[in-house]
Amino acid sequence: MGEVDVDPIITLIPGIDSGQRHLGFAWGPGDLLTYETQYKSQGTCLHLRHSRTQHPCFAWFTYYHCLFSHYASLPFVLIGAGSVGQACPFVHVVRKDEDIYSPILRKLFNESHYIFVGLQRIKEEVPSKNKKPQFISISKNYRSVIRACMEELQQAAVSTHDTTLATQYGNQVSILLAVELIWNLCEVLFIEAAPAGALLRHLLDWVRLHKADVDEKAQEVLQSESPVQHQAYWDVVVCYVLQGRMEEAAQMLMKQASQQPAARAAYKLMDTLLTKMPVYSPGGTQTQTEFDVRWRQWHQECNRCLEDGSFASYSQLELICRILVGDEDTLLAQRERLSTWYHFLVTRLLYCHPIVKPTELHYYAQASMDMFLDARSGPEPLDSILLAAFEFDIHQVIKDCSIALNNWWFVAHLTDLLDHCKLLQSHNLHFGSNLREFLLLEYASGLFTHHSLWQLAVDYFDHCPEFGRVYLELQIERVPLDTEHKAVKVLRICEQRQMAEQVRSICKIMAKKALRNSRLGSALSWSIRAKDAAFATLISERFLQEYCSHGTFSDLDLIDNLGSAMLLSDRLTFLGKYREFHKLYGEKRFAEGARLLLSLMTAKIAPRNFWMTLLTDALPLLEQKQVIFSAEQTYELMRCLEELTADKAAQDADRPLQEDDIEATKVELLRLALARNLALAIVKEGTIEV
Amino acid sequence: MFVARSIAADHKDLIHDVSYDFHGRRMATCSSDQSVKVWDKTESGEWHCTASWKTHSGSVWRVTWAHPEFGQVLASCSFDRTAAVWEEIVGESNDKQRGQSHWIKRTTLVDSRTSVTDVKFAPKHMGLMLTTCSADGVVRIYEAPDVMNLSQWSLQHEISCKLSCSCISWNPSSSRAHPPMIAVGSDDSSVTYTGKVQIYEYSENTRKYAKAETLVTVTDPVHDVAFAPNLGRSFHVLAIATKDVRIFKLIPLRKEISSSTGPTKFEVQIVAQFDNHNSQVWRVSWNITSTLLASSGDDGCVRLWKANYMDNWKCTGILKGDGSPGNGSSGQPGALGTAGGTLAAASQNSLNGTSVGR
Repeated sequence: MGEVDVDPIITLIPGIDSGQRHLGFAWGPGDLLTYETQYKSQGTCLHLRHSRTQHPCFAWFTYYHCLFSHYASLPFVLIGAGSVGQACPFVHVVRKDEDIYSPILRKLFNESHYIFVGLQRIKEEVPSKNKKPQFISISKNYRSVIRACMEELQQAAVSTHDTTLATQYGNQVSILLAVELIWNLCEVLFIEAAPAGALLRHLLDWVRLHKADVDEKAQEVLQSESPVQHQAYWDVVVCYVLQGRMEEAAQMLMKQASQQPAARAAYKLMDTLLTKMPVYSPGGTQTQTEFDVRWRQWHQECNRCLEDGSFASYSQLELICRILVGDEDTLLAQRERLSTWYHFLVTRLLYCHPIVKPTELHYYAQASMDMFLDARSGPEPLDSILLAAFEFDIHQVIKDCSIALNNWWFVAHLTDLLDHCKLLQSHNLHFGSNLREFLLLEYASGLFTHHSLWQLAVDYFDHCPEFGRVYLELQIERVPLDTEHKAVKVLRICEQRQMAEQVRSICKIMAKKALRNSRLGSALSWSIRAKDAAFATLISERFLQEYCSHGTFSDLDLIDNLGSAMLLSDRLTFLGKYREFHKLYGEKRFAEGARLLLSLMTAKIAPRNFWMTLLTDALPLLEQKQVIFSAEQTYELMRCLEELTADKAAQDADRPLQEDDIEATKVELLRLALARNLALAIVKEGTIEV
Repeated sequence: MFVARSIAADHKDLIHDVSYDFHGRRMATCSSDQSVKVWDKTESGEWHCTASWKTHSGSVWRVTWAHPEFGQVLASCSFDRTAAVWEEIVGESNDKQRGQSHWIKRTTLVDSRTSVTDVKFAPKHMGLMLTTCSADGVVRIYEAPDVMNLSQWSLQHEISCKLSCSCISWNPSSSRAHPPMIAVGSDDSSVTYTGKVQIYEYSENTRKYAKAETLVTVTDPVHDVAFAPNLGRSFHVLAIATKDVRIFKLIPLRKEISSSTGPTKFEVQIVAQFDNHNSQVWRVSWNITSTLLASSGDDGCVRLWKANYMDNWKCTGILKGDGSPGNGSSGQPGALGTAGGTLAAASQNSLNGTSVGR
C-alpha cells in the first residue's frame, strides 16, 4: 500500500527573499521567531583586515562598513553605502499549532483529559485481565467527546458571519469527522475485536453512523406532501438497503405499494425478501453453520427472483434485488450513493460474506478499495489509514495518523488506549510502550505552550514513566510567573512531585521580582520558601535599614510569624528577635525585653553595626523609674558599649570627627544612663538582699 | 506552522540575533545599528518595544538573557571587541506610564583584543557566570561573585583555543555526574584538517578547564554549536552548524581509576548529518525539550529536524521567505488545510521511518 506523503511542510515568511538573505530564528516556549539577516564568518575578519588592500572584499564591506567609525574613510565603504539601510523590518512569530487556541477544541482537550486520567486509574485498580468492557466504554467516551465538539463547531460555523472563521471551523469539523471515523473503526477492530458474524454487525453500525445523510434525506421525504412522488424517494430506499436497514427500507416500500395496486405482488415479494434476510446475532442460540445455511437459502431465493423476472417490469425493485444478491457491477454503479470505498466494502460483505472473519478482512478491503477508487486519483491519506486498520496493522495506523493529522491529540489518546488494551506489546514487542510515551510527551508538550491548558499536561507527564518527569521539569519552570497566585499554583505542582530544584528556582525568581519592585515582605517570604539564606540575609538587612530610617517595620504580620523559619539566616534571626523586642516593649514587658535586647548583643546575633541602635533602644529602659537592667546586665551593656567604641576608635583613627558629634553625644548619654542605672541597681539589689 | 504575528523591529540595520527570555515573555534584538532593543509581550500577545539603546560602538552580534533568578539581566557582544552586561532597573513612575524601562550598563568586559563573537551565560547551577569567545581564539569565563552586585565581574578562566572562535555552548546538565562542560566552535578557514569543535571540561582538582575532546571529523568552519538539554541521560547530544547540520552523541567513557584526575574521555558518535541547506549552515538551536532542532543556512531557510522514538532524524518543516524582498507588511495567512492530510503540522512527521522496525 502507498505511504502517506511525508514531505516537510513549508511555511512561507512574508517579505523575505530567501534567495538573497538568510533567515535567522530563535526558539520560544511555544513558537519560533524568525527574521531576515545575513550571516558571515566573523572569525575571518582578522584575516580580511590584514589583507584588505590586496583583496578588497565587497560583500564584506557592505556588511561591515557602518560598524566602526575608523573604516569610514575607506572608499569601499561608500560603494557599499547604497545597499545598507536594507534594515530588517520585521520579526515574525511563527506558531506551531493553532488548535489549542480554539476555544471549542479546548473543551476536547479538557474533557479527554479526565477520560485519560480515568483510564490510567483502571490499570491500577482492576487487576484482572477482563477489562474489555471498560476499555470499550472509555473508547466510546472519547468518541462522544469528539462528537460533541464536532457539533459545537458545526453550529459555530453556521452562526458566524466571518467567512474565514467559518472555513476554519469547517476544516476542523472535517478533521474531527475523519478522526472519529478512524477511532470508531479501531474500536470495532482492535478493542471490541468481534469474531466472525458479530464483526459485520459492528461494521454496519460504523458505516451507518458515518453516513447519516440518509436519515436527513428520509426525514425530508417523509415530511413532504407525497413521499412517494418525492424525487429522493428511491434514493432513500436504495441507501437503506445498501446499509442493510431492511425494516426501514420495507416500510418505505409499503408506501409505494399502496399507491400501485397493480404492482402489489412484486412489492409483496420484495417485502418478504427484505424482512426475511437472516441476521446473525452473536448472543443467540443459532450457530454459525445454521446461520450460514439459512443465509444461503435466502440468497438463492433472491437469485431465483432475478432469474424468473419477478421484478422485470419494476426497474427499481430489480435494482434492489441485484443489490441483495451482492452483484458487484450493480453495487459499483451505486458509487454515488455509497460515496466511499469502505461503505462499498461493508455492503459487499453484507450481501456476499456476512460471516467474514477478521483475518480475511484485509483481503476484501484491499479489493474493494481497488475496485471502487479511480485508478488515477489513488488513495488519500484517510484511505490508507483505514486500509491499514483493516489489515490490523495498528502501528501503521498510528504512524499514518500522526503524519496526516495536525494534532497529537488523536494519536496520543488512541495509542494510550491501545497500549492499555495490551495491543501494542503483542504487536511490537520491543518499543510498544515507548511509542505510547513518545506520543503522550509530544501532546503534553504542545499543551504546555498554552497559558491555561498546561495544567492538563502535568497529568500526562505524570503517566510517562521514562521521560515524563524530566519533561515536566523542563517545561514547568518556563511557565510565566505573572502573578503570585500563578506562582503558588506552579509551586504546588512542583512540591507535590518533590521537584526541589524547581521549587527553589521559582521561589528565587519570585523573591527577586518582589525585591525589584520593593515589596520586601513578599521578597522575604519567597526567599524563606526558597530556603535561600543569602537572599534572606539581604532582605533582612533591607528591613533593618528601613527601620533605621523610618523607625517602623513594614510587613509586621510576616515578621511576627516567622517561627522556625527565622533560623534560615543569622540576620533573619536577628530581625525576628529584634521585632520581638519591640513587641515586648510595646506590651510593657520591660524585664523580658531588656533580657532579649542584651542577649542579642552578647550572643552575637546582632550585627556589630546595629549595636548602637540596640543600645539606644536600651536608653528608655534605663530611664524608667523602676530598675529593669540588673547590675550584672548593666555591666554587660557597658562592656558592649566599650567594645563598640573601641572598635570605632580603631577604625576612625584617621577620620575627622565632626560627623561623629551626634554619635559622641549618644555615647555620652548612654554612659550617663548606664552609670545611673548601675547605681540604682546596686542599691536595689543590696536592699533586697538585706 | 503559520506566521501568527509580524513585529516591526525598527532596527536601522541588519538584525543579528533575537533572544527570548526564560519565560518567553520578553525578547531582545540586536543589530548592526549598534543597539539592543527589549520587547515585552502583552496579555493579548502583542509585542511592545520597552527599551532601545545604543550598546556598543560596532555591530552587536549576540544578545542573551541571564536566568531570571539573577534578575532582568542581558549580555551582549560586539565587533567593538567588548561584551557588556545590562540590568533593568525599576524606573521612575512616569517611565512606567510611558511603558518604557531603564537598562543600565553594569560592566564592560574589555579583555578581548578582537571581535567578541559569542556570549553565553553558564547554566544557573554554576552561579552567575558569563562566557565570551572571540576571534583571537580565547574563551573567557567571568563570574559575578555577588549576584546582588553585577558591576563586579572577575575573569575566572581564559581558555586558549588556538583557533579563531565563532561560537560556544554550555552543557546544560546539572547532574553531579557531569562536570561543567563547554563546546567551542571555530570558523577559522586558515587552518584546514583540524577539528573545529573542541570540548572543554572543568576539573575540581586543578580548578581549570582542560580539553576533553576535539571532534576531529568536523574540519570545515563551524558557525554554531548547541548542546541539547540532557533529559537525565548519561550521554550528551551536540548539534553543529558547519557546511551541513550534524548531530553528535558524546558518551562519557568510564574513567579508569588510575587516570581519574584527567578530563573525561568520550566516545563520539554521529547521529545525523544533513546537507539540505546546500552550503553553509549558520545557526543551530534546540527547543526546550530538545525534541526539535532548528537550523538556518545558505539556502535562506530555517529547517526543523525531529527524531522519532527510534531516534531516526528527519526534516519535518521548512520556513522560507515568500520571495518578496523588502516590505514585510503583507498579511499573514493562517495555513490550515483540510482533513486530507495536507495540514500535517511541521513537527509531526516524526513517525516516518518507523517502518524500519516493522
